[in-house]
Amino acid sequence: MTTADVSASLAGAEDAGRLVLPSYERPAPGVHPPLDFEGYRSTALRHPKQPLVLLPHRLTEVTGPLLGHELIIPTDSDLTTQYDGEPQGQRIIVTGRVLDSDGRPVPDTLIEIWQTNAGGRYRHWREHHPAPLDPNFGGLGRCLTDAGGRYRFITIQPGSYPWGNHYNAWRPAHIHFSLFGRAFTQRLVTQMYFPGDPLLPLDPIFNSVPDEKARQRLVARFDIELTQPEWALGYEWDIVLRGRDGTVFE
Amino acid sequence: MPGLTPSQTVGPYFSMRLPWPDGPFVVPEGTPRAITVVGRLYDGAGNIIPDGLIETWQAGPDGRFAHPDDPRGATPGGYQSFRGFGRCPTAPDGSYRIVTLKPGPLPASDGNIEAPHLDVSVFARGLLDRVVTRMYFPDEPAANAADPVLCSIGAPKRRATLVAVPEPEGQLRFDIFLQGERETVFFDV
Repeated sequence: MTTADVSASLAGAEDAGRLVLPSYERPAPGVHPPLDFEGYRSTALRHPKQPLVLLPHRLTEVTGPLLGHELIIPTDSDLTTQYDGEPQGQRIIVTGRVLDSDGRPVPDTLIEIWQTNAGGRYRHWREHHPAPLDPNFGGLGRCLTDAGGRYRFITIQPGSYPWGNHYNAWRPAHIHFSLFGRAFTQRLVTQMYFPGDPLLPLDPIFNSVPDEKARQRLVARFDIELTQPEWALGYEWDIVLRGRDGTVFE
Repeated sequence: MPGLTPSQTVGPYFSMRLPWPDGPFVVPEGTPRAITVVGRLYDGAGNIIPDGLIETWQAGPDGRFAHPDDPRGATPGGYQSFRGFGRCPTAPDGSYRIVTLKPGPLPASDGNIEAPHLDVSVFARGLLDRVVTRMYFPDEPAANAADPVLCSIGAPKRRATLVAVPEPEGQLRFDIFLQGERETVFFDV
C-alpha cells in the first residue's frame, strides 16, 4: 500500500464521520497484584519504578487478536489423551465460563493452560525439581469458549512443588490460564487454585492480590454435580475479564 | 456484576504453553516488505531476562484492524497472511525477534492521528501482571512528534525509550528495560 492509499484510507474514515470506539473499565484498586511485592523476591529487579503512564483506549487497545479456530484440535482440551498411554494421577474436569465484568459471556475466545504433572513437575528443559516426568503427560491445553462463553478441560490434578523464593517454599497446586478476550485491554494471564489447599495462606504469589474477595476468586469450586461417577472429580471456575465502560462518542 | 479475576505471574515456564512455532511471525518470513524487530529484555541490574515472553499487537499497513471494533473494518481482500499478533519467548541471551509488516498511521477518536506503533506486552517470572509498552518507528519523526500518546510523556529521554533504533542490516532494535537508568515507559492500560 502506498502512502497515498493510507492517506485516502484515513480521509475515508474521517468522511464516514467520527470514530466511535468502546472503552474498557479500569480495574478497582486491590484486584490485581502490585508489580512490586516484597514477599515475591523475583519482583525486586523486575518491576518498573517509574509510575505507569495512563493510556486512553484507542484503536490498538480496543481491538485484539481473535485467535484459535485454525490452531485448535479436539484433543487440545483433554490433557489425558495427548500421548499413547494414560497419565498418572487424579483425573479432573475443570470447567466454567469466561465473562466480562458486565456479566456477558465472552464467546469464541482462546484459552491456553499449562501445569505440572501429578508429581509437581513441569515438562520444561529449565525445570530441576527432582520429581519424575510422566511420559504420558505434557501439561499443555487449549480450547475456545463456546457461544455461551463456556470452556471445559479434562486433565490431572497438578502437584505442589518447591521453589527457591524462601526457606521451605512450596507453591500450592495450580493451573496457569492465559486468556485473550476480544481486545488487547482484556488480555489476562492468571492461575487457578484448588479449594482447601493448606499452602494457599503461605504462598506469596496467591497473597500478592491485596483484596481478599478478589484473591478468593482465584480458587475453583469443587462440584459434586460436575464430578463424573467412577471417572473424574469436577471443579468449576469462572474467569471475569474487564467489561466495557460504555460507548464513547466524540 | 461479577468481580474481575486477578492477574498472577506467568512463572518461568510460559514458553511451555501454546506450542506455536510461527508465533514470532506476524507475517511469514520472506513476505515482501517484511520488517524484523529484535531486542533484549533487561532487569534493573542490567541482566538479561531469559524467561520472558514478548507479545505484539498492531494494525496492518493500511492502519486498520480485522476486528469488529474497528468501525472501518479491514481493507477488503487486505492482508491475508497478516495476523497482527506476534509472540516470542526470550532466548537464553534475553533476545526476542518478531517478523511483521510496518503498520500504517491510525485515526483517533479525538481527531488526532496516531503514529505507526506496536502495542507490546511483557510477561515474565517476577512480573505479577503483564507490563505494556509501545514501539514507535525511527523513520517517522513528524508523525511521532504529533502522536497523542508520545506527546503525553513529558521528558524527551523517557519518550525516546519508545522509539526503536535502526540497525545496519535493516532490522529495528527495541530493547526493553523493566527497571533502572534506561527504564522503558510502561502504560496503565
